Amino acid sequence: MIIEIDNLHKKFGKNEVLKGVDLTIDEGRIYAILGPNGSGKTTLIKSILGMVIPDKGNISVLDKPIKKEWKYRKKIDYLPQIANFPPNIKVKELIHMIKDLRNSASAEKELIQLFGLEPFLSKKLSTLSGGTKQKVNIVLTFMFDSPLIILDEPTTGLDPRALIRLKELIQKEKALGKTILITTHIMQFVEEMADEILYLLEGEIYFKGSIKKLLEQTRQTNFEHAIAAITTSDSHA
Amino acid sequence: MLKILKYSFYDLIRSRWSYVYFLFYLALGFVLLFLNNDVSKAVITLMNVIIILIPLIGTIFGVMYFYNSREFTELLLAQPIKRSSIFLGQYFGVAGSLTLSLVLGLGIPFLLYGLLRSNAIFNFSLLLVTGAFLTFIFVGLSFVIAISNENKIKGFGYAVLLWLFLAVVYDGLFLMSLIIFEEYPLDTFSLVATMLNPIDLSRILILLKLDISALLGYTGAIFRKFFGTDLGFLVSMAILLLWTLLPILSLGYKAKRKDF
Repeated sequence: MIIEIDNLHKKFGKNEVLKGVDLTIDEGRIYAILGPNGSGKTTLIKSILGMVIPDKGNISVLDKPIKKEWKYRKKIDYLPQIANFPPNIKVKELIHMIKDLRNSASAEKELIQLFGLEPFLSKKLSTLSGGTKQKVNIVLTFMFDSPLIILDEPTTGLDPRALIRLKELIQKEKALGKTILITTHIMQFVEEMADEILYLLEGEIYFKGSIKKLLEQTRQTNFEHAIAAITTSDSHA
Repeated sequence: MLKILKYSFYDLIRSRWSYVYFLFYLALGFVLLFLNNDVSKAVITLMNVIIILIPLIGTIFGVMYFYNSREFTELLLAQPIKRSSIFLGQYFGVAGSLTLSLVLGLGIPFLLYGLLRSNAIFNFSLLLVTGAFLTFIFVGLSFVIAISNENKIKGFGYAVLLWLFLAVVYDGLFLMSLIIFEEYPLDTFSLVATMLNPIDLSRILILLKLDISALLGYTGAIFRKFFGTDLGFLVSMAILLLWTLLPILSLGYKAKRKDF
């Protein structure tokens, strides 16, 4: 397994965000992390990345505990939720910079072409629109070849064309045997992409399984309704 | 860390504010030299401006940069880079670019004026060195404040309060305690109290290297006895260095434990 989480707890002040999450993520699948706002999705992801330091519990990535480590992040490509970059530098400089910082092989050229970013390469990041920034964000994430990809709200601000490209890209990465974690609120996207659903509720994993299993448990035919019904039915994983 | 430093530095030296800061010193340098026609006097006036302004600009720039680059910091945190490298890199980037503005902004007019031929070169270098120290100290302090406060307004407020305290209030308290306790021997007290505030320390350090220190009277004599010697000078420099290291260390400590 690629990620193993054991009894993860995290409090922000009095607000207990994660209350004992146990989770294993297997290789080569697409996981959708779902849950209402404030259920701890981003905190969970950030704990895996080491950006949030857990109060209790263990996380292992690729069979190694991540506590006080940082080199394991070389194996992770992460797309943050808000694409906000230093305003004074140009797109190509940013790409160059991240490449320089990670010091690994990258395939940014095809991605730039794929998302039609060529005209923006010499523009400063502060002049770009939200959607274009998100495209840059996506290029920065996918240009490296890492076994684990984590996407936090990847669809934000994308036009339909770019969205299709993104889906193709995710499928391509999956075909290469990579593990992908996605958080999103767009259920259609989940339905199309995800092999497995992780439903977080009040800091715990409330449901884990395939879409089919979810539909069966909630006795719904529509995925979106099943997600909405997940908390009212007595299903508990 | 060097890579982060490089990028923060580039980012900053291309920002409008660095130019404003640089041009301000450039203009100040030219105007003072032109009006005074005397390097020594210009150094004194500069000192008065610098001792208040550098901490203020350092504080505000530091807090602003830290909060403005928050999202970018998050992007970096997800990269395979050590946490302390990210923050120290940014810190040295900010402090370095401000120092560069200061040194170039003041250095150019003074060089053009013929500083190298005057005997004020030592005083002038001392001014730049203490200016650099103050920049590093106050950018460091403001980074520590910013990393400890999620709330921008609060962080900004604390940082400005800190500046106000060290630049203005501290002197007031210092003077008041001198008046209240005037019947006691205050030599050691005033020496120590000066040491504890980097702004006061820098001011005394520069003043005593200039010829006007005779005007300081009795207290000046004590200070002269201490700061005027090589030992006093070295001790003061060591304390400025300590003042610089303290925020850097606590920045590293805080960075390790913070959630993003």
